[in-house]
Amino acid sequence: MRASDKAPAGAGAAVPDDVEPGDAVQIGSPVQVSRYTAAARVNHWITAVSLVLLALSGLALFHPSLFFLTGLFGGGQWTRAIHPWIGVVLFFSFAGLFLRFWKANLPAREDGVWMARISDVLSGHEERLPEIGKYNAGQKFVFWSMSALILVLITSGVVIWDQYFSVFTSIEQKRIAVLIHAAAAVFAICVWIVHVYAAIWVKGTIGAMTRGRVTGGWAWRHHRKWLRELVGSPRRAPSNDPRTITK
Amino acid sequence: MFPPIPNASVAPGAERPRFGEKDVMRRSASEVTPPAQRQTEVAKLIDVTKCIGCKACQAACLEWNNLHEEVGFNHGVYDNPMDLTPDTFTLMRFSEWDNPDTGNLEWLIRKDGCMHCEDPGCLKACPSPGAIVQYSNGIVDFIHENCIGCGYCIKGCPFNIPRISKVDHTAYKCTLCSDRVAVGQGPACQKACPTQAIVFGTKDEMKDWADFRIKDLKSRGFDKAGLYDPPGVGGTHVMYVLHHADKPHIYAGLPDNPRISPLVQAWKGVTKYVGLAMMGVAAAAGFLHYAVSGPNKVTEEDEENAEKLAGGSPPPPPPENRRSPS
Ligand code: HEM
Ligand code: SF4
Ligand code: SF4
Ligand code: SF4
Repeated sequence: MRASDKAPAGAGAAVPDDVEPGDAVQIGSPVQVSRYTAAARVNHWITAVSLVLLALSGLALFHPSLFFLTGLFGGGQWTRAIHPWIGVVLFFSFAGLFLRFWKANLPAREDGVWMARISDVLSGHEERLPEIGKYNAGQKFVFWSMSALILVLITSGVVIWDQYFSVFTSIEQKRIAVLIHAAAAVFAICVWIVHVYAAIWVKGTIGAMTRGRVTGGWAWRHHRKWLRELVGSPRRAPSNDPRTITK
Repeated sequence: MFPPIPNASVAPGAERPRFGEKDVMRRSASEVTPPAQRQTEVAKLIDVTKCIGCKACQAACLEWNNLHEEVGFNHGVYDNPMDLTPDTFTLMRFSEWDNPDTGNLEWLIRKDGCMHCEDPGCLKACPSPGAIVQYSNGIVDFIHENCIGCGYCIKGCPFNIPRISKVDHTAYKCTLCSDRVAVGQGPACQKACPTQAIVFGTKDEMKDWADFRIKDLKSRGFDKAGLYDPPGVGGTHVMYVLHHADKPHIYAGLPDNPRISPLVQAWKGVTKYVGLAMMGVAAAAGFLHYAVSGPNKVTEEDEENAEKLAGGSPPPPPPENRRSPS
């Protein structure tokens, strides 16, 4: 099957799918694990900010009770004009994240067991779960559903972007597009809520996207397969810290 | 002949509008309590069978509303411009129709423009509070300072009427000359019509007048003559007398059975409620889960295990023996 399903790779063997460039273990007390490079974090936060701005500006038009949100963007005209452009930023920014993360989000054998034991996941019984690579099935779900939804949102969004593209589609096609856009936006916002909640609930996660690091204990508890992979096939880090193990 | 509307009174006070804010029956993206008393419904009746295609109405509309249509191109047809635009609120559409029953070629001329629907799809689709209002006399009007230029009204309208200006990014359409009607005048287009193909009055008067016209047409062999006041949108405040009322589509695609598209109904109805509910439930589920399960914290033991693993000392339990203790 795929590399990630094979036995832990020895030194010099192929890098498992879920080990990304920059992932590294720093020995110490506690152990620190590098999870995201600075570039990946910048990319993530551009995406996050655009998604939040899109959700706010979109929801302003979604329901009259939320129209007041247009105030955040300088009024209705500005909200209408700026929303699609933020969408373009989101699209390219997310495309960057996609290229970085897709490999580590490919399905793995333990995902099935993880999903079957979702109640253990929700009650925090990590000890009843299989060892997980860099991402668990829930994170993979967020990744793939966001990828699909953003593709749907940009496609339907361009169709209803009347200022520049109104002549290319019929009114009936625009009606379908706006319905799809609104529905996809609702799903995207729900997925976003799940994503943000998971980061808040699982303590020690947010540091991965702020400082780029998690503690060894966090990796041990939640992504032990990934941690073993990082430890198991050490290479010298490009950094001059001799204690760094990297891939 | 339908009695012409007298010229406006110049008596002091006559310029005071006869309807306004207090007569708003529907307002886009807002809840309004409809006025206790509804004003007499007005209507414009366009008798297609009397129209000679002179475009006096089209010119009068430009003039009254101070619109400046771009000089276009001659496409070899009488339609000019080829479609409604933000500056063309009304457009004469010319169709040649081969009548299969008589073998005659009929030249059908329809004055296109907003129908001032009783159930206006534009207003229902509009997300901006107060950008579209419907007065209790039936006039549907766009209030430009509230319009955000999103184009939702275009998607909502069953007649393909509103157009967004590239200059000020707001939506335009026929106002039914609400400014003239408010001071007791008829619409500019009606006033300019040399054949009385356009008449204006209360909706009841217009229906009676249409009846009279339809009887006349029937007596002259147009047995399918009839009034176009489509029930799918609750009736309209611009109506047509058609010689072939059984097939409105031959008049440059006038919809046979207009109604607000089910897609628009779904988008503006169930999607909103289900959508808000889903987002609310997702957020509430998060709070609830946190309250019940508490935070998922990394333990001291986890850190120690990681140190052991990373340091290469006492290997932590291999995955096979790490099944649940039960
Ligand atoms: C990815 C590129 C996107 C493009 C090109 C785009 C474009 C548009 C356009 C043109 C509109 C109509 C209003 C306007 O002109 O501003 C709109 C509405 C909306 N958008 Fe987007 N959008 C995008 C992404 C998103 C995302 C990511 C979300 C939510 C997370 C979102 C949520 C909404 C919502 C809720 C509406 C209102 C729909 C309604 O009124 O029912 N959009 N979008
Ligand atoms: S373009 Fe203006 S009138 Fe039309 S739906 Fe949008 S805000 Fe309302
Ligand atoms: S014809 Fe279109 S623009 Fe006019 S009132 Fe009806 S829905 Fe609105
Ligand atoms: S009623 Fe007034 S705005 Fe409407 S088409 Fe006639 S002249 Fe133009």
